[in-house]
Amino acid sequence: MADYSAIIKEKKDKSVLMDWLTTVDHKKLGVMYLIAGTLFFLKAGLMAVFMRIQLMFPESNFLDGQTYNEFITMHGTIMLFLAATPLLFAFMNYIIPLQIGARDVAFPFVNALGFWIFFFGGLLLSVSWFFGGAPDAGWTAYVPLSAGDYGHLGMDFYVIGLQISGIGTLISAINFIVTIVNMRAPGMTMMRMPLFCWTSLVTSLLIVFAFTPLAAGLALLMLDRLFGAQFFSPDSGGNAVLWQHIFWIFGHPEVYILVLPAFGIISEVIPAFSRKRLFGYTAMVFATLIIAFLGFMVWVHHMFTVGIGPVTNSVFAIATMAIGIPTGIKIFNWLFTMWGGKLTFNTAMLCASSFVPTFVLGGVTGVMLSMVPVDYLYHDTYFVVAHFHYIIVGGIVLGLLAGLYYWYPKMFGHHLNEKLGMLMFWMFYIGFHMTFFVQHILGLIGMPRRVYTYLEGQGMDTMNLISSIGAFLMSAGIIVLVINIVYSALKSERVVVSDPWDARTLEWSTPTPIPEYNFAQVPQVRSLDPLFYEKIHGDGKMKPAEPLSDIHMPNGSILPFIIGIGMFVWGFGMIMLNMENAIITPYAVIIPGFLLTFGSMLVRSIKEDHGYHITVEELKKLEKEVS
Amino acid sequence: MANELSKPFEKSALSEEDLYKMNKEKKVQITSFAFMIFLTFLAFIAVATEMVAPAFAVPFILVLAGMQFFLQMFYFMHLKDKGHEWANTFIIAGVVLSTPALIALTFLLGMTKY
Amino acid sequence: MADHVDMTKGLPSNPEKATLEGRNKFLGFWIFLSGETIMFATFFGAFLGLREGTAGGPTAEELFQLPLVFIMTMLLLTSSLTSVLAMYAMKRNNFKAMMIWMSTTVLLGLAFLGLEIYEFVEYVHHGLGYTTSAFGSSFYTLVGLHGAHVVFGLAWISTLLIRYAKSGITLTNAPKFYVASLYWHFIDVVWVFIFTVVYLMGIGGA
Ligand code: HEM
Ligand SMILES: [Cu+2]
Repeated sequence: MADYSAIIKEKKDKSVLMDWLTTVDHKKLGVMYLIAGTLFFLKAGLMAVFMRIQLMFPESNFLDGQTYNEFITMHGTIMLFLAATPLLFAFMNYIIPLQIGARDVAFPFVNALGFWIFFFGGLLLSVSWFFGGAPDAGWTAYVPLSAGDYGHLGMDFYVIGLQISGIGTLISAINFIVTIVNMRAPGMTMMRMPLFCWTSLVTSLLIVFAFTPLAAGLALLMLDRLFGAQFFSPDSGGNAVLWQHIFWIFGHPEVYILVLPAFGIISEVIPAFSRKRLFGYTAMVFATLIIAFLGFMVWVHHMFTVGIGPVTNSVFAIATMAIGIPTGIKIFNWLFTMWGGKLTFNTAMLCASSFVPTFVLGGVTGVMLSMVPVDYLYHDTYFVVAHFHYIIVGGIVLGLLAGLYYWYPKMFGHHLNEKLGMLMFWMFYIGFHMTFFVQHILGLIGMPRRVYTYLEGQGMDTMNLISSIGAFLMSAGIIVLVINIVYSALKSERVVVSDPWDARTLEWSTPTPIPEYNFAQVPQVRSLDPLFYEKIHGDGKMKPAEPLSDIHMPNGSILPFIIGIGMFVWGFGMIMLNMENAIITPYAVIIPGFLLTFGSMLVRSIKEDHGYHITVEELKKLEKEVS
Repeated sequence: MANELSKPFEKSALSEEDLYKMNKEKKVQITSFAFMIFLTFLAFIAVATEMVAPAFAVPFILVLAGMQFFLQMFYFMHLKDKGHEWANTFIIAGVVLSTPALIALTFLLGMTKY
Repeated sequence: MADHVDMTKGLPSNPEKATLEGRNKFLGFWIFLSGETIMFATFFGAFLGLREGTAGGPTAEELFQLPLVFIMTMLLLTSSLTSVLAMYAMKRNNFKAMMIWMSTTVLLGLAFLGLEIYEFVEYVHHGLGYTTSAFGSSFYTLVGLHGAHVVFGLAWISTLLIRYAKSGITLTNAPKFYVASLYWHFIDVVWVFIFTVVYLMGIGGA
């Protein structure tokens, strides 16, 4: 067993790059998710701006139809799988262990592995641009448009890129669940867990149960495209509706996968800046569970117009409407939390509190859509686009922004500038409503979604113009955010206290910057909102649950990175099977990728790695440096 | 500490009583294995000899499969034992959430309208 | 954080769950299995939805032979029992018995795999190719996926057997063996539904 000073020395010898490539520290991985997610977000956002430029005026020629199709597909796919998910994972990774009083996640190695697999999967999807164009069948990839006969090479990148990144997401989710179930500090019972941990737990569960059907569906589509399977071709006994079912069995839970952690963030930020405990904690927990369950029972509402039959449609319509009930419970609980509180409207709180009305608007249109007869009118119009953007942008993105401003001082040791923050918020918020509110009306007067242009004089010109201007305003808001990040990194004062917001949960009891092992002594939790409890009933510091003793730490490893590369190569080789004039035979790529992937796994399983220990003396020294 | 984790043990910490219990448990397992074989026989015979009316055979063998699923999960995989509360939660959730998906993919493909 | 285990008393009665690492592995693997459940459900659903779509090609009734499937079932069921016995040996710190039972499991699995390959080759000879019909595609995909699980399981258990051929039972490898045996049982569970839903219902089912 290596001792700590040797490890430290070895670490110092490592370059910064190697340090980040081999890290298994949940905090560093959180930051990496944040960066990767942001890059994908900016990329997909840029596509959105291009699409809005195209739609600014009727019959415009800024983009041609094919490029437009590629943009809608990539925009949607990237935003959901490669931007929103990793950004939420960033906070989950960073915050969950801190909030439950753990030193790391349950499987630090798997955590790193999940990140790299997700990252290389996303990269594989993105390189499609260089090989004849991105996928173009929409993020839903309906067959037969996406199947062998019609979809071009881009769809292979979609199928395999998503398959790979999905595996990364899946194993990270398993890791989160085990962390939350097994790694809680003494006294941190399930019903004392912060709501963010609860929603993250439920989201991870949804990932386990929804990404697996997606993996199955993508596998079917891949087999169809690469090996000529007949699942979706009616001539050979196949069925096109099969894909829609599988996709939406995954797809509807997916929207809850994204929105639940955002709910969690809101449920942390609102109490902190209302100076009150969360209203109806237990009801919130159960509402989350019910939403998760119902989220699996409603997917056919995306297929009302397919013609499955009246009974089926009615059953799923009712189930869909039922989701409004637990969601409503949550809305009221947030309102009651603010009610009578001592409110502080900084940027985090502005984002969190404005989340509530925007989300309600999205929910209301959702219930409208769930009524089958009228959905025949709404379906595939801009009304649907407005609906889900109210939820995704007005819900998830605002939640992410709230979380960013709230946790930034803990993650990076300084605040984001408040003035720039306010500016960003108002630009973003006004821009958002300008962009998407009019789209409801556009949809109602019949503008179809996913069509790259429209004719003049149909009453759509003005509203499209407004929508595009709103999109520019929104993007300007994001640019202000980027400026803010750079500006604050240079100019903002360092945060030295552990608890800058005077908040309530455990993550604020750790010193800033957080030592690698998070807690020198694991804290004893005595109540919900443990830090707040100690502020009232104790001396404001967490009581330790254990004497100062050796701390066991995991070793870093380069294997996750290599496995990521291996899967990328392997996946790329599979895509080459469909390339018309590949330079080398695909198997010359598939086999090395396969060997790299499984070889690294073999190495990992054969070499026992017990990590190292930080001894008490070293710990004492380190703790002195911190305080 | 760390190398201790890679060291084999001289003896087992099981007490006489533990051993007794374990042997009893093992007998239960072997019995349940025999039962599984029996169920498999029944299923194959039901279909092969057409002793059971075809309309009844399908639900019958599905029930048999369900019983085997239960035996495998709760006996062979120890779901019935202490310390498996969370494992139970997850597996039951998986089975419950699989059900609507299975039904939909089997019946709701638009061939017959329901 | 790795809890201190009292080594002097001997191997604890549940060695797979004696350390936090072991408990994490145990739980994580169950979660993985619950995900696998719904993934297999999706493939089963696809098969059930498409099994009538033979497009003029061979049908289930024409192809399937019950005796072969019965033998395969017996092999796999027995291998499930041997891995149970291996786990009992592990708990008693009887390393040798554990290795023998586990190796038996691998042999039975190999036999199963051989028969499955033979079966597929037969079917191809009888005209059911992968691309012949939706029935063919979904049959080979579902049963083949199960077969791929068998292959992976065999590779995994063999790796463990070779890696730990001389090590005795330790607190590090006990969870690994335990989890591998869970995986093997799960493969068996899936097979129960395959022989019921695919083969028996294919022959005698309405
Ligand atoms: C009370 C809650 C909700 C209800 C009742 C609801 C209902 C619906 C319905 C009926 C549709 C199908 C519309 C159509 O295509 O004709 C739909 C589409 C959609 N919803 Fe929701 N929804 C709700 C919440 C959410 C949430 C929380 C999200 C995201 C986090 C979301 C994202 C979407 C997306 C992305 C689509 C469009 C998918 C597509 O066709 O590309 N919804 N919603
Ligand atoms: Cu939905």
